[in-house]
Amino acid sequence: MGSITLKQVTKNFDEVNVIKPLDLEIRDGEFIVFVGPSGCGKSTLLRMIAGLEDTTSGNIDIDGQDATSTPPAKRGLAMVFQSYALYPHMSVRNNIAFPLKRAKVPAAEIEQKIASAAKILNLGDYLDRKPGQLSGGQRQRVAIGRAIVRQPSAFLFDEPLSNLDASLRVNMRLEISELHKSLKTTMIYVTHDQVEAMTMADRIAVFNAGIIEQVGTPLELYQHPVNRFVAGFIGSPKMNFIELKQTKEDGATCLGVRPEHFQITTDAGIWSGKVGVVEHLGSETFLHVQVDGIGTLTVKANGDCPLSYGDDISLSADQSKILRFNDQGITLPSKGNQ
Amino acid sequence: MATTHSRTLAQFMLFPSVVLLLAWMIVPLCMTLYFSFLDYNLLSPGTEEFIGFLNYEFFLTDPAFFESFFNTLLLVGGVLLITICGGIGLAILLDQAIWGRNYVRIMVLAPFFVMPTVSALVWKNMLMNPVNGLFAHFATFIGVDPVDFFAQIPLLSIIIIVSWQWLPFAALILLTAIQSLDREQLEAADLDGAGPFSKFFYIVLPHLSRAITAVILIETIFLLSIFAEILVTTSGGPGYESTNITYLIYTQSLLQFDVGGGSAGGIIAVIIANIVAIFLMRLIGKNLEG
Repeated sequence: MGSITLKQVTKNFDEVNVIKPLDLEIRDGEFIVFVGPSGCGKSTLLRMIAGLEDTTSGNIDIDGQDATSTPPAKRGLAMVFQSYALYPHMSVRNNIAFPLKRAKVPAAEIEQKIASAAKILNLGDYLDRKPGQLSGGQRQRVAIGRAIVRQPSAFLFDEPLSNLDASLRVNMRLEISELHKSLKTTMIYVTHDQVEAMTMADRIAVFNAGIIEQVGTPLELYQHPVNRFVAGFIGSPKMNFIELKQTKEDGATCLGVRPEHFQITTDAGIWSGKVGVVEHLGSETFLHVQVDGIGTLTVKANGDCPLSYGDDISLSADQSKILRFNDQGITLPSKGNQ
Repeated sequence: MATTHSRTLAQFMLFPSVVLLLAWMIVPLCMTLYFSFLDYNLLSPGTEEFIGFLNYEFFLTDPAFFESFFNTLLLVGGVLLITICGGIGLAILLDQAIWGRNYVRIMVLAPFFVMPTVSALVWKNMLMNPVNGLFAHFATFIGVDPVDFFAQIPLLSIIIIVSWQWLPFAALILLTAIQSLDREQLEAADLDGAGPFSKFFYIVLPHLSRAITAVILIETIFLLSIFAEILVTTSGGPGYESTNITYLIYTQSLLQFDVGGGSAGGIIAVIIANIVAIFLMRLIGKNLEG
C-alpha cells in the first residue's frame, strides 16, 4: 500500500509563499518524478510529504489516512537524501540496522533483513566498513538499503544521483528503476534533470514556481505539453521557440519545434540560415543554425551529416509536429488534429 | 614548496625560529634539572652543593606530595567532568534558534576573558563569602546555615570556580562542532524513528567525540597547572586540602626558600604531566585521527 493524496497543500516560509495550493494524487506502486528548475518547490513538497516540513495549509493523506501532522517516523515512508545522510561513525551494517533497532525489531530478524537488503543491493562485501570508506555509488546503495529494510509504503528520493559522476548516474538510474520493478512500492523521486525524469518515471509532475504545470506520462509531456514552460523543460536539446511577427488568426504568437522535427532541404524551406557550430555525437548530429530575424535554431540531423560551419541551409518542419503557443504561453490545439 | 631548492631554502629560513623556541624550552628545563640536584636554599646563600637525588627523595616522601597529587587529579577530573557535561548541554541550548542568539553567545563566552585571579576574587568575596556572599544570603533567606566554602569544601569550591572559567571554552568548541553536524543526518534519524535521546546518543554524541577529545586534551594541559585560583582563595588550605602539585612547588621554593626542593618538584610535575599526556593520547587520542 502506498497511495498519497495531496489536497490544497500550501507552504509558506515566513511571509514567502513557496507552494501555492496544490492537488496531486500519487497512485499505489507508481514511480512519480517531481521535476522542475531549482527553487520551484519540488524538494519542499517532498519534505512536506516526509513530514520534515510543516504543511501551512491543506491535507496530506497517506493510504487514505490524514497524515498532515503525523511525525515523520509514523508515516511509514523512507527517504534517500541528496547527501545520503549516512551515519558516519556506524558501519554499513549498523546504518541499515538503525531504523530496525529503533523500531525494536528482534535481532535475528534484523540480521535476516540486512542480509536480504545486502543481497539486493550487492553490499555483502561492505557491511563492516564505515561510510567514509565507500565510493559515492556504494554510499548511495547503503542509503537505499537503509530505506528498504523498513519496508515503507513509499520511498522518497531527494535528488539522489546529483552527487555522482555521469556514468555512475546512468547505472544507478537503471538500478533504481529495477528496484522499483521488483519491489513494486510507490516511489517519489525529485530531480532537476529532465533526462532522469523521462527515463525513470511512470508519471512526471513538472513544477514551476510553486505550482504543478502538468502531470502525465513522459511521452504525454513530450508530445503534448500544455504550455510553453513544459515544452521547453522536457526534451534535450531544448525545443526551439520561434516568435511570430504577427499574431495568427487562432491567437498563436510563438511556434515550438523540436530539433528532430526539422527537415533539412536544399530547395527553399520555411526558414533559411547559416550553419554555426556542428556537434557530432556519432549516432546523431546537432546543428546550431543561425536564422535571420529568429536567432539560433537547434536542428537534429543524421550522424553522418556532411554539413559544416558556414554552410547555407534551408529548413522546413512537419506542420503536424509544430506546437503553437498563444501570448500566455498556453499550447493551442495543433493543426494536425483539426 | 615544489622544488628541492625551495624546500631547502624554506628549512633554512625556519631555522632561527626553531632554534629560539628550542632554547626557550631547553634552557629553563636544564636549569631546573641542575638546581634539583643541589642543596640550594635562599636562606643560606653561597652554600650550594651537589646532593644527588636527595631533593627528590624528600619531595616524594613528603605526605603533602601524595595529598596534593590526588588533589591535582581530583581538580583536573572534576573540572573536566563539569565542563564537558555542562558544555554539551550549553552548546545544545545555544544551538537553538532563540532571539538575540549572537549576543547570548558572546555573553556566555565572557567568563573566559576574566583573569583567573579576578574571577577567583569575585567568587571568594561576592559569592562564596560565608557572611557577605550571595550564597550565604540565599542560605539565610531559606533558613539554612551558610556554608563556609573555603573552610568546609575547599577543593570543591576551587573546582566550581575553575569550571565556571572553562565552561565557556568547552561550550564554544562543542557548539561549533554541533553546528557542523549535517542536518540531513538528523532528518534521516527522524524518519528512522529515533527520538530525542536516540538522536543525541547515536548521532550527536559520536559526532562530538573529536571535539570532546580536543577539549579534554587542551583543558588538561592548563588544569594541571592551576595556581592563581588557589593562591587568592584558600592558599592551599586548610592544611593541604586544596593544594595541588603546582601550589606545593610554590610553597616549597618561595615560602620555604628551598630552590632545590622546588626544582625537584617541578621536574616531578613535568614527569606527571607527561604520564597523563601519554595516558590520554592512548585512551582518546585515536579519536583525533582520520
